[in-house]
Amino acid sequence: MAEGSSGGLSISPMEQFTVKPLFGGSEINLFTITNVTLWMFFAVVAVTLLMVLGTRGRAVVPTRAQSLGEMIYGFVHGMVTDVAGKDALKFFPYIMTLFLFILMANLLGLIPTAFTPTSHIAVTAVMALAVFITVTTVGIVKNGTEFLSLFWVSSAPLILRPILAVIELISYFVRPVSHSVRLAGAITAGHAVMKVFAGFAAAALIAPLTIVAMVAIYALEFLVAGIQAYVFAILTCVYLKDALHPHH
Amino acid sequence: MEGDIAQMGQFIGAGIAGLGAGLAALGVGNVAGNFLAGALRNPSAAGGQTATLFIGIAFAEALGIFSFLVALLLMFAV
Repeated sequence: MAEGSSGGLSISPMEQFTVKPLFGGSEINLFTITNVTLWMFFAVVAVTLLMVLGTRGRAVVPTRAQSLGEMIYGFVHGMVTDVAGKDALKFFPYIMTLFLFILMANLLGLIPTAFTPTSHIAVTAVMALAVFITVTTVGIVKNGTEFLSLFWVSSAPLILRPILAVIELISYFVRPVSHSVRLAGAITAGHAVMKVFAGFAAAALIAPLTIVAMVAIYALEFLVAGIQAYVFAILTCVYLKDALHPHH
Repeated sequence: MEGDIAQMGQFIGAGIAGLGAGLAALGVGNVAGNFLAGALRNPSAAGGQTATLFIGIAFAEALGIFSFLVALLLMFAV
């Protein structure tokens, strides 16, 4: 912690991302309950509290929790219809679940000493791969071989089309990588920056300045937590639009 | 000695990969700046385009995060 005001500054910004078993031992198996499990559980509890218990009253004049739930519902609903169209509403529950889970995991992770599950590629990659597999399956089932016209840019000159097809194919398969790394990278980088600044605060001379900077970075991280959840959900919508209407 | 040189190369490479993050910042700034320039000319049309703005920012940002990933891999995985 903040000891040794001069000389030995020891900052270990990546230590906060260590996965530890909760109940003794250091061995991690497939079903070991770790801090990741705990904070994912908290995220699910938070979503349940907000969306199930908060809106249980079904009041005409909503309570605070209910109006917040309705706002999020309307926001995601509008996003799905705007980006992917009315026929994508079948996937609205899926996108809503993704959005709320990521939002809650990010926000709960901002509590000091908390753990952020979305900072791990293992967590985000599962979500991104699920989106990728879902979207590809939907595209093939809905459009059959027509789905391949996603890679054949018919508005380009004929000579360019094979080259563009290769580029489109690569960019299609890079999607789950960028989808997952974006979320994990943004969250990891933000938390590491906060830790580095917290380490600077140990030097008494610049401590006031560092604390002011940390407040600003904390506010920025609060913004990033929301924006990354939004970006994950909206990219899912974009991919879904490509699968449902593959024509360029 | 050889290990030292390899480690030095690792750190230099991670530093160079960090440049990518700054270049991605240029790209994100370009997207946001052009959006603002357009939005100030026609404010009534700006509201409907925020989704496009965020998609554009996300794509520009992805490449910067790739370079961040390369830096992390060089530092901790290689």
